[in-house]
Amino acid sequence: MERKIRVLIAKPGLDGHDRGAKIVARALRDAGMEVVYTGLHQTADMIVKTAVQEDVDVIGLSLLSGAHMTLFMDVTRLLKGKDMEDVLVVGGGVIPEEDIPTLKKAGIAGVFGPGTHIEEIVDFIRKNVKR
Amino acid sequence: MNDIASRILKGDPRSVARLITLAENNSLEATDAMKDIHFHTGDAHVIGITGVMGSGKSTLICELTREYRKQGLEVGIIAIDPTSPFSGGALLGDRIRMMEFATDNGVFIRSMGTRGMLGGLTTAVYDVVEILDAAGKDIVIVETVGVGQAEIDVIKIADTTIVVLVPGLGDSIQTIKAGVMEIADIYVVNKADRSGVEQTVAEVESLVDIACTNKDRKTPVLTTISKESKGVAELIDEIDKHKKYLKKSKMFEVQRRKRYEAELVEIIRKRLMNFIFDESKFKVKIETLIDQISNKELDPYTAADEILGKILR
Repeated sequence: MERKIRVLIAKPGLDGHDRGAKIVARALRDAGMEVVYTGLHQTADMIVKTAVQEDVDVIGLSLLSGAHMTLFMDVTRLLKGKDMEDVLVVGGGVIPEEDIPTLKKAGIAGVFGPGTHIEEIVDFIRKNVKR
Repeated sequence: MNDIASRILKGDPRSVARLITLAENNSLEATDAMKDIHFHTGDAHVIGITGVMGSGKSTLICELTREYRKQGLEVGIIAIDPTSPFSGGALLGDRIRMMEFATDNGVFIRSMGTRGMLGGLTTAVYDVVEILDAAGKDIVIVETVGVGQAEIDVIKIADTTIVVLVPGLGDSIQTIKAGVMEIADIYVVNKADRSGVEQTVAEVESLVDIACTNKDRKTPVLTTISKESKGVAELIDEIDKHKKYLKKSKMFEVQRRKRYEAELVEIIRKRLMNFIFDESKFKVKIETLIDQISNKELDPYTAADEILGKILR
């Protein structure tokens, strides 16, 4: 049987803008993936524990509040502690260009800003999923 | 004992999650662990929750879980949402209503797609119930997809089946139809702050009066407003009473035997289907037969006999 890619789409932090997250979730579903959506206002701890239980291959973080440098990196740090480094982590939202290299170094493999084509995200996940 | 199995018996969430994935993907790697854990299962009370989409199943499960956690019980939740028949993908959103337990180590939630199953469940659900049971969950809650009228497979796996209704879904004729309205051990009319609740309760109660042939136990009809936590304590109480009734009347053993029968049939079905459809030598043969049927050179029954003949020989 064909293995399905499982993705967790999560909204860390305090902003309430989840339109982008929902559009990405829907697009990944249409690409044949199983997408778990957490809803708003998640802590890094909640996201990582959910990722463990759901045994996802990918975590997609969406954040528009500007707190990405802290919260995205909290997630990758906690994943390491749980022996979950093989999970592909990607991020999206309003993220300044100059922050991207630091995020990538911290383990956010792909960063997708406003105007990204959906196919680009789907392709990136298909190509980079680690397990 | 198998490595992953022994970690599951210690309750390790990572191993529980891993084995669920393997079982769901029909992987042979799952088999050894599944064999081992079976002998450590049977203690969890399995609650099936079914009802139409939007009736409040996920929110009600959140309320039940909060109460069970107050009692110090551990809870496993299997939340099933539909898989798209077109893309094979699924959007699993039941967890949104349960995020308050995200960091509670006594609660394990797994979202699953139906992956082609039609009865409201998912193919691996028997495995997942066993895994959560073996991991020490006292209560395992199975949330079906939002059902219509005929998706009743949940009764094969649940010790206690709860059908969640909401006011205003139709007139009294809806309640005397066959299917979902026959399977409840407990009816819950949720969203009881809406208008029409008295009528819905009265209709379901009259259905119970006509249809319930069990002299020892009348199917209760409860009302809840899950977003306000109203009626939840009463529901927990009825679940406990039903559990005691099952044990006392020996129905517990009868139902469990049916569950294992369904599980065995499912394993055989899966293995047989895999054997026929995933085996490459049959693949070519099947494609040829489909061509022949399409071209009216062969009928589908003869074609089926031809495939089955190759296996049974």
